[in-house]
Amino acid sequence: MPSLIIKNGRVIDPASKRDAKGDVFIADGKFVKTLTPAQKKQAKVIDAKGLVVCPGLVDIHVHFREPGQTHKETILTGSQAAAAGGFTTVVCMPNTSPVVDNAGTVALIKSVAAAAPVHVYPTGCITVGMKGQALAPHGSLQKAGVVALTDDGLCVQSNELMHRAVEYAKMFGLSILDHCQDESMTEKAVMNEGVVSTRLGLKGWPHAAEDIIVARNIILSRYTGAHIHMQHISSAHSVELMRQAKKDGINVTAEATPHHIAFTEDALATYDTHFKMNPPLRTETDRLAIIGGLRDGTLDCIGTDHAPHAPEEKDKEFDYAPNGIIGLETALPVCLDILVKKSKFQLSHVIDLMTRKAADILKLPAGTLTPGACADVCIFDPGEAWLYNTYGAFSKSINSPWDKQTLTGRVKTTIVSGQVVYQNGKMLV
Amino acid sequence: MPWHRKHLLTIEELKRAEIEQILATAAAFRRVLDRKVKKVPALRGKTIVNLFLEPSTRTRISFEMAAKFLSADVISFDASASSTTKGETLRDTAQNIQALNADMIVLRHAASGSPLYLSKVLGIPVVNAGDGAHEHPTQALLDVFTMREKLGDLKGRKVVILGDILFSRVARSNIHALTKLGADVTIVGPSTLVPHWFESMGVRVSHNLRTALADADVVMLLRIQHERQGVSHFPSLGEYTSMFGLNYTRASWVKPDAIIMHPGPINRGVEIDSDIADSPRSVILQQVTNGIAVRMAVLYLCAGGQPEQVLTPVE
Repeated sequence: MPSLIIKNGRVIDPASKRDAKGDVFIADGKFVKTLTPAQKKQAKVIDAKGLVVCPGLVDIHVHFREPGQTHKETILTGSQAAAAGGFTTVVCMPNTSPVVDNAGTVALIKSVAAAAPVHVYPTGCITVGMKGQALAPHGSLQKAGVVALTDDGLCVQSNELMHRAVEYAKMFGLSILDHCQDESMTEKAVMNEGVVSTRLGLKGWPHAAEDIIVARNIILSRYTGAHIHMQHISSAHSVELMRQAKKDGINVTAEATPHHIAFTEDALATYDTHFKMNPPLRTETDRLAIIGGLRDGTLDCIGTDHAPHAPEEKDKEFDYAPNGIIGLETALPVCLDILVKKSKFQLSHVIDLMTRKAADILKLPAGTLTPGACADVCIFDPGEAWLYNTYGAFSKSINSPWDKQTLTGRVKTTIVSGQVVYQNGKMLV
Repeated sequence: MPWHRKHLLTIEELKRAEIEQILATAAAFRRVLDRKVKKVPALRGKTIVNLFLEPSTRTRISFEMAAKFLSADVISFDASASSTTKGETLRDTAQNIQALNADMIVLRHAASGSPLYLSKVLGIPVVNAGDGAHEHPTQALLDVFTMREKLGDLKGRKVVILGDILFSRVARSNIHALTKLGADVTIVGPSTLVPHWFESMGVRVSHNLRTALADADVVMLLRIQHERQGVSHFPSLGEYTSMFGLNYTRASWVKPDAIIMHPGPINRGVEIDSDIADSPRSVILQQVTNGIAVRMAVLYLCAGGQPEQVLTPVE
């Protein structure tokens, strides 16, 4: 593998507090301080003038649908979408078919993921079959290679089972990722409960159903010392609960999605199923609270919840369409728009939320340009406007509310373990 | 003023002038219903399909009679015998109906927003005959038609809608229609079925029946829709009746000339006692008759007819 020199870029690496024009050197798949003259002679040079060079983005919440629903996405197509979006490390959820509640399925995913252009880490289920009734074999799953445990869209409803799950998983050093939803309060709900659901005649999902579980998880984390990560926080009150928990030093973390910082429930006015997600889009107050949570560190990272669905599944009556949207190829420009441009975040702060801080939650070896680290890089033009068209994109699915929208901020090159995997719209591996 | 709409999907989207146009057109058709031969040739040669994917008796029959009185050919679609039970999508079912040369679809569907969805995928007019808990525009139109028949101008009139508001498409459409026509609307019932969110739609929310009914010109009752409620929203029908059922005593709290309305079907002894439902103040059956005229107007206008044409004598 030839050495690489990335020249003239604005290098932003929050992990090493670096934000300046400079060069980045890569040899043998790792970042190095500099190259030897011999290496320099043979090195491939990437001119990043006018571009930002940062660690490869990290997403700890994606759905790749393999095994079982490969008509929506495969590990390969999902990974390609990730690479095109600047992501070099992704953590995929276990709600595949079959679900990842046994070591064999983990092995299958790892074997397929070995050929993926980005680092793909599997998670395992908290409970057998994600049914919320009995603990899955956390130890075997950890041995097989999962990096965390989650029942993803199916929040563990039993407080006692959740208590035992976090306690047991802690023994193996595994974090629990929880989709916070009290299902008894959200039966048949399809959007946020409030003024808009009332007007549209749609069944509402009250934010209290999220807040209750966030509070429960904070209590359980405090009680057991286990790490619990709250997935895709959507409510202002949940942000407030997390803020207090962090002040109290409780071992909890949380993520926000690009869609929850970009949209509100008002987007559902025409029953467009591309805005149907779980947790649902909420109010402007909630949206601003999430941005505030990202600003002050209450919320730790951005996670896309990349959730591919086939066109015919979304093309139906609102009540019957599945939840979720794809997001890997749009996350960076959306965050640049909402956080940097509109909310005046420092660019390095946003990169931190999408790299080091995301990696740190699950202790993944990613998210920095520090010498010795795996050479995963994202090079993007923060000012380039481009037309996002799902039909020309890499994800197998097209369920994006940003389809055919002009976005600003475009990934030019993605490097994984020192290898250029994506460049100027083309997948190179 | 010409009629421009191809579809009738919601009352919310209508301007007051459009509501007036429909009501004026309905008034002309209402006169037709008093004739010996209740048929006009307005939609001769047109085929209307009643695509009812949720059980309905009165609305389906009302639309069917309205179409027939306009001389249209009408086909009513039985959900239990349809391809939708075999897994066919709404899009495919409706597109097939269009391909079979239907000129208009009247849709009843359990999912809110489905008429809007269908209007985007079809080239023919779509009329909403009730979508989930969202809207039931022709019901609201026949309700305000009946109110105006009895009370005249609705501006400043106090209308109380009592019952299961949360799950009621009738309530939502009526709120839009009544507020556009200047009525003063109060919704009342248990807090679980009458959430404060409705205030954003320009109505007063009350859980006190006595206060709400005071000086009302209209009391519109709604059925408790058990089938839409995932969990119980109140302890029992008995408790509901004891707290919110309209009985003789409570009916005395409204103005002496107030009218009692109900979109049907009535649960006698639950939301309304029989002696009130059958009293001279009840206009429940007039609502049903007026529904035909209103639906004739809606079908006629959405098929391309113009209000001023029907206002000339139709023979």
